[in-house]
This record gives sequence, structure tokens and C-alpha cells, in this order.
Amino acid sequence: MSRISRKFQALRREQKKAFIPYIMAGDPDISRTRDVVAVLEDCGADIIELGVPFSDPLADGPTIQAAAQRALDGGTTLHRVIDFVSSLRASTQIPIILMTYYNPVFKYGDTQFVADALSAGVDGVIIPDLPPDEAAGLIRLTRKEPFDTIFLLAPTSTDERIHKVCHASRGFIYYVSITGITGTKLALDPAIGAHIARIREASDTPIAVGFGIATPEEAAMVSQYADGVIVGSAIVKRMHERDADLRQYLRSLRAGVR
Amino acid sequence: MPALLELEQAYTASKKDKAFLAELAMLQKTYIGRPTPLYFASRLTQELGGAKIYLKREDLAHTGAHKINNAIGQALLAKKMGKKRLIAETGAGQHGVATATGAALAGLACEIYMGSEDVARQSLNVFRMKLLGATVHEVTIGSRTLKDAINEGLRDWTTNVRTTHYVMGTVFGPHPFPLMVRDFQSVIGREARKQLFAAEGKLPAYLIACVGGGSNAMGLFHAFMDDAVGMVGVEAGGRGIAAGEHAARFAGGSIGVLQGTKSYLLQDDDGNVLGTHSVSAGLDYAAVGPEHAFLRDSGKVQYAYATDEEALAAFEQLSRTEGIIPALESSHALAEAVKLAPKLSQDEIIVINLSGRGDKDVQHVARIKGVKL
Repeated sequence: MSRISRKFQALRREQKKAFIPYIMAGDPDISRTRDVVAVLEDCGADIIELGVPFSDPLADGPTIQAAAQRALDGGTTLHRVIDFVSSLRASTQIPIILMTYYNPVFKYGDTQFVADALSAGVDGVIIPDLPPDEAAGLIRLTRKEPFDTIFLLAPTSTDERIHKVCHASRGFIYYVSITGITGTKLALDPAIGAHIARIREASDTPIAVGFGIATPEEAAMVSQYADGVIVGSAIVKRMHERDADLRQYLRSLRAGVR
Repeated sequence: MPALLELEQAYTASKKDKAFLAELAMLQKTYIGRPTPLYFASRLTQELGGAKIYLKREDLAHTGAHKINNAIGQALLAKKMGKKRLIAETGAGQHGVATATGAALAGLACEIYMGSEDVARQSLNVFRMKLLGATVHEVTIGSRTLKDAINEGLRDWTTNVRTTHYVMGTVFGPHPFPLMVRDFQSVIGREARKQLFAAEGKLPAYLIACVGGGSNAMGLFHAFMDDAVGMVGVEAGGRGIAAGEHAARFAGGSIGVLQGTKSYLLQDDDGNVLGTHSVSAGLDYAAVGPEHAFLRDSGKVQYAYATDEEALAAFEQLSRTEGIIPALESSHALAEAVKLAPKLSQDEIIVINLSGRGDKDVQHVARIKGVKL
């Protein structure tokens, strides 16, 4: 069982929800990312989602596009992110998920990627431009390993798609709160409760909700339906614009997720 | 994914829908102006001193390029699917103009994404799109060209998928786009084949077309797939392959996955997409349609490239010898014919897809030549 699944089990026993912050690895350099990871954990993160910079981040809004560009300018690559996680494992056992587009993984080679990520202590991967239909290879490589493949569902997902994604996902299922890209202003679908209930009928796997969540109030609203809440763009923005408040902001989000 | 499945279903159904096909055929004839002529370029043939050169005159289609064939097809389909809004990316601006035209014709709202680099070099087409009632969004991130315009278009589609159809302009992107765009463009080759048989009673030795994403080339080649005909796709050689400033994916790229498609891609060792350069905005793209990748690997089609310099020379040569100003994109295909024709005998035939007219490029070429207008 992966660190991610163990974390959700432990939270479930305590009747708590997971707070899952996202940051872009190497934004603007790896040493800053190392510092922020420690801050995230200190402020109550349960799982950390580490973005891998890519030249064409299709699912991301302007905030994360800019973060990816800064990381690329600083020379951060998938290889370096994996090495970085390996170095983190000396100091923390917090579950770490990579969020990457598929081409860097494809270029790395699926088999080598899984082998290196596993031995570095990466716990799972989210690849927004790789639907389960195209992920048979990656799923086969990871099924028997403590390495989770996390796929996405959206408000527009049909029952057929829900079944496919539930079947392919391990660790948790990523429910995208809006039709849109990361960092979009949250305009929560009033049917979110019904959508998530439909997913629960298909699977016992925990469900985490992300995209567009920026305030403790929004985190609280979403977490009443979900097992976890993912906050990305708002944290990345805060890191760059009002860094002095970062800890306070993270703690307020943590308090919102309940 | 649901949007792609919905599109695939609607497109498959449309192929058997007699009313849809009749409306499309009627618009091809009375609105686009099809069939476009197959023109024997006798003075160019004489000057090159080899194979007979025919031009498939897609430049004479409404709006001035082949892009309209696909845009009208997708606009009709979107309307039938109940969508209220069309969005599209554009490089040279021809697909943007074609989509804005299709939107006006179908009574749909229209927004176009265009890289700021391309907005600057194709300002005439930007104004045309606005006249046609479209909103043009300048894309100022990444390389600020076609690839980034597609990224923004796909982001918009993800956000507004319920009301909006994304009119992909080339044989790229996730299924069913490469198939659907090829089908809408394949009228080019069907006509050319018939027209050439009427004129010459035989098949050509070669078909030549430029390849950015590759829609005009697929459109010409598709009807000849079962024939013993040489086919050449011409990529943008830019300032040269060695210099790394080009868009020749077959000559300089490797297999990758971008924008929902697995194909040849210009990328670095870490899988990040490299910047491209071409004098023509329509060919300035880091990836190529997946069917071209298949045709290349199976050996059915050869791929060559023409540099900026060669394309500009061909641009002027056709203008001078035939009184036809070609698009800079199509000039790459012409440049290949300039090299190939003298090596062939006089009873052999080359058909070039003259995919667009060059009016949009006149200011850009004047700038390059240092001429003040």
C-alpha cells in the first residue's frame, strides 16, 4: 500500500480530510522548493503535489504557466525533480505526488520513469493529458508497486468515464471542481454533491477536489463533499506576491479543510 | 474526453446524414467556389525545363486558402450539435479568417487565438477576422506562435466545452480531429485527380504540398493513396536545420506527445517543446499531424524541406512567370518543385497544391526585402 493510501486511511480513522497543497518544483529554484516543502509540512499538509515544469502546460492557467516558465528557466527537468524527491526522503516521509504532462514521461521512458520515481520515494503521479484509455502501459508498470496512478474526473464526466477513471485510479481520484483550467475563479457547480455521490457509487477510493480553490471558506465548502482538498495556483501566487503571509495563509487553508 | 467522444459521435453520424452532406456540397459549390481549377502553369514549366507543372488553385477558394473547406464543414457540424460559439487557433491567419467566415455563415459567435508574433506579421488577416465579427485574442506566452495559440484554444475549450466547438484548423490534436479535418480537406485531391484525368488522361508522377500541421497536404494526397504516385510533403527549413532555426519535424525531430497527439515533435532531451522558426507563420509549428508521421514511417510519402530563402525565391518566381502571388506556405511546395521538375522528363506531371494566395504576405515580404510601402 502506498504512503498516499495509508495517509487517507489514517485521516479517515481520525475523521479528518486531507489538505493537499501544490507547488511547482524548481520555482524559481530547487533550494526554494526544499524550503517551501518544509513550510507546507509544518503548516499541516497531508500530501504534497509537486509540479514538474513543462513547456506547454495545457491544463494550467496563467499562474502555473508562469511558475513553469520560471522553473524551466532555472533548468528544472523531470530528472532533477526525481533526484530532488530522493534527497527529501532523508528528512520527510510525507506522501509526494508528481503532477506532470505526459511528454516528459514519454521521453524519459515509462519503465525508467516508474523505476526511478519509485526508488526516489515518489508515491504517485497525476498526468492531466494522459487519459486512462492511453495509460495501460503505466498502469501495468505500477499496479503491484506502492505507486499510485491518479486520474481526473470533471463535472462533464459521463457514467462510463467515471467507471473507467475509478478502475484506473489508485490512491485517490482527482475531481476537477470546474470545467476549466487551474487557477480559474471558483464557480462551484451546484451539483458538486451529486457528482461526487455518483463517483462514490462507483468506487471506494478517496476523492480529492481541486482547481480554483483559493480561500479557507472555499476549502471548507468543498471538503464537506470530498476526502481531500487540493490548492495550487493560490499558493503559488501567494509565494510570489505575499510571501510574508504564507504560513498564516496555509494554516487558514488547513483549518478550512475539515 | 466526453467532448471528444461527443464530437466523434456527431461527426460519424454526419457522414451518413443526407441533409448535412447536401448542405455541405451546396456550400462547397455556391459559397466556397468549388471545384477550384487545376491550372497548367506553362510559363513556369518552360522556365524549369522538365515536368509539366499543374497548380491546384486552392488560392481561388473563398477567403483565399484551403482552410475554408474544413472550417465550413466544422461550422455546420457545430451548429448541428447545438453549439453557440466557435473558437480556433490560427497561425498565418487563414484558418482564423475561415473560421470567422464559417461562424458568420452559421450565425455563431467566434473567438480566435493567435500568437502575438503572428499578429504582427499577419496584421491584414487580423483585421479581416474583426470585420467578419470575430474577437481576436493575442497570445503572449511561450513562443507566441501557432503552438501557443492552440494551447490557449484548448484551454478555452476545456472551460467552455458545453457551449463551444473548437475548430481545429489542421490534421492535428486528439482524435477525431486529424481524421475529420483530413476528410473535409480531401475534396482537394478528389477534384484534382478527376481534373488531371480530364486534362491529361493519366496520373501525375508527383504530388507536392507544404506541411505545417499538414491539412492541405493530407487533402491533396488522400485521394491518391491507392495510386502509384510519388508524394512529397515540404516542411519549413527556416534558416537551416543545422542552425536549429526551423520547423522541419521529420528532419530534426523525434517522437513525442503534444496537445493530445503522438507524432514527430521538435523537443529537447527532457521532452520540452523547442522553439521554431519559419518565414511563414502557417508552417511555424513544432509538431506535425500524426497521419503524416505514419505516411513517413511507412515510406508512402517523402518529406523534404525548403528554407526561408528558397521559399521567398519561389514566391517571386511564380508571381513573375504566372501572375499568381502564392502564400509563403505554398511557396515552400513551389520551391520543392523548382528543384524536382528539371530532373523529370517533359511527359511527366507534377501537381502542386497552391494552398493559399499571397496577398496576406505582401507586407511581410516587403519588410524582409527592405521595401517601404
